[in-house]
Amino acid sequence: MKKMKLSNIYLFIVFIVLYAPIFYLMFYSFNSGGKMYHFESFTFDWYRELFQDTRLLIIVLNTVIIALLSSAISTVLGVFGAIAIWYVRKNYRKNLLLSLNNVLIVSPDVIIGASFLIMFTVLGIKLGFTSVLLSHIAFSVPIVVIMVLPKLQEMGSSLIDAAQDLGAGRREILTKVILPYITPGIFAGFFMALTYSLDDFAVTFFVTGNGFSTLSVEIYSLARRGISLNINALSTLLFLFTIILVIGYYFIVTKRNGRAVGLGARK
Amino acid sequence: MKTRVRNIYLIPYVLWIVIFVIAPILLVVYYSFLDLDGNFTLSNYQTFFTPVYLKMTLNSFWYAFLITAFSLLIAYPTAYLLTKTKYKQLWLLLIILPSWINLLLKAYAFLGIFGTYGFANAMLEVFGIGKKQILFTDFSFIFVSVYIFIPFMILPIFNAIDKLNPSLIDASRDLGGSAWTTFRRVVFPLTIDGVKSGCQVVFIPALSLFMLTRLIAGNRVITLGTAVEQHFLVTQNWGMGATIAVFLIIIMVFIMFLTGNRKRGVL
Repeated sequence: MKKMKLSNIYLFIVFIVLYAPIFYLMFYSFNSGGKMYHFESFTFDWYRELFQDTRLLIIVLNTVIIALLSSAISTVLGVFGAIAIWYVRKNYRKNLLLSLNNVLIVSPDVIIGASFLIMFTVLGIKLGFTSVLLSHIAFSVPIVVIMVLPKLQEMGSSLIDAAQDLGAGRREILTKVILPYITPGIFAGFFMALTYSLDDFAVTFFVTGNGFSTLSVEIYSLARRGISLNINALSTLLFLFTIILVIGYYFIVTKRNGRAVGLGARK
Repeated sequence: MKTRVRNIYLIPYVLWIVIFVIAPILLVVYYSFLDLDGNFTLSNYQTFFTPVYLKMTLNSFWYAFLITAFSLLIAYPTAYLLTKTKYKQLWLLLIILPSWINLLLKAYAFLGIFGTYGFANAMLEVFGIGKKQILFTDFSFIFVSVYIFIPFMILPIFNAIDKLNPSLIDASRDLGGSAWTTFRRVVFPLTIDGVKSGCQVVFIPALSLFMLTRLIAGNRVITLGTAVEQHFLVTQNWGMGATIAVFLIIIMVFIMFLTGNRKRGVL
């Protein structure tokens, strides 16, 4: 009985520590004092300022556009990838493809960023919107593959064989058998790609060049200059947005699966 | 028929692999042999083996080791206790949720908490210790890094413990094993795979952190990641940056080999 209590206290402390910084930020976003200490009085000023900051709003818009576009495109590519890997029958080829697939998931962001910077320069792609979009697509594809592949494996090949025996063509097999079956995986992959893209800092930082910025990069340069409470206001809004996204993701995954799949580290 | 189907799905995916996985790695290796004027040289590698860079590598390893060790120390009991709770999937989700909040915002929050007048110092005063310089120290760097990596350590360990057959623990206790013996001889060895993949997803990114070193450690800590960023974006010495990146890749492959990447698929 006593042991049970001790373990609850431990978990409680971990929870507190994990959430404290986030709520600390949110709390001071209402501080009229303008500092992250000494709460003076309640104000919405920072939110007002946030919504009047056109530059920041454009950056938010950029971030969302990049996230939506990159996750949509990488979902398509990832689904192709997962089906391609699934169709490969030779074991060593399958493993080779899977290993290559996982390279961008385990690589440190710094290496992804630096190598993409070299590549875009060599290819003559101007740093900015295009290079950021391409990088985000690139690192989201393997995530989608990993989310979709288990669904395909679960499906097995007997359904395909049956469809083939019944005279279904390649297109029909794809649209009427495979895609409907793996839809939950596709959605999960899309959401994961979305959060990875919204969250990414290091890769974007390398390939962004001058003139184009995403939220993470902007927060970094603001934070290096010191504390300004409109970042707090922004983070409060982002936190609420993230929660909505996570709940959406959770329901989509658990509805069919009964269990949310884990995610890898993004630094 | 099947061959044709397979090829069609492989085309966009293999194209992605070639452009965004294979080409960038080859380019990094190629650039590591170029000096500032673009001539072919081995001098970058020579420079890497000077005491300055070797010390930095060692330092980087030491910090990554500390971060991984502390993360493990905190995450293992958390994961273990989580598996014992009712509604464990929900609690797990709540633990994972902070990891979906933008990393930059969490780092920024600690600027406030660890600042001169922040919460941490206020607490120290309450306990009569008095104000201390917390920000821009090794302590703050390691604390924030551990904070950020804990969820990624908890997840694989949780999955490993969750899969553990409870009757094995009962058997051990019936045979007279103490709680500690049971843990050391039964539970820990059977969940070592989760620990390994947890260490892998923490150690590799911890080696290459660069934005935390700048924001929280105030440039006092220089990791391999910081050096890569420095060479690519500040001093524009891409050759040297690429050389360090090559070593990071080698270390990464070595660690993945060490921590055994046998179980492919979802991290």
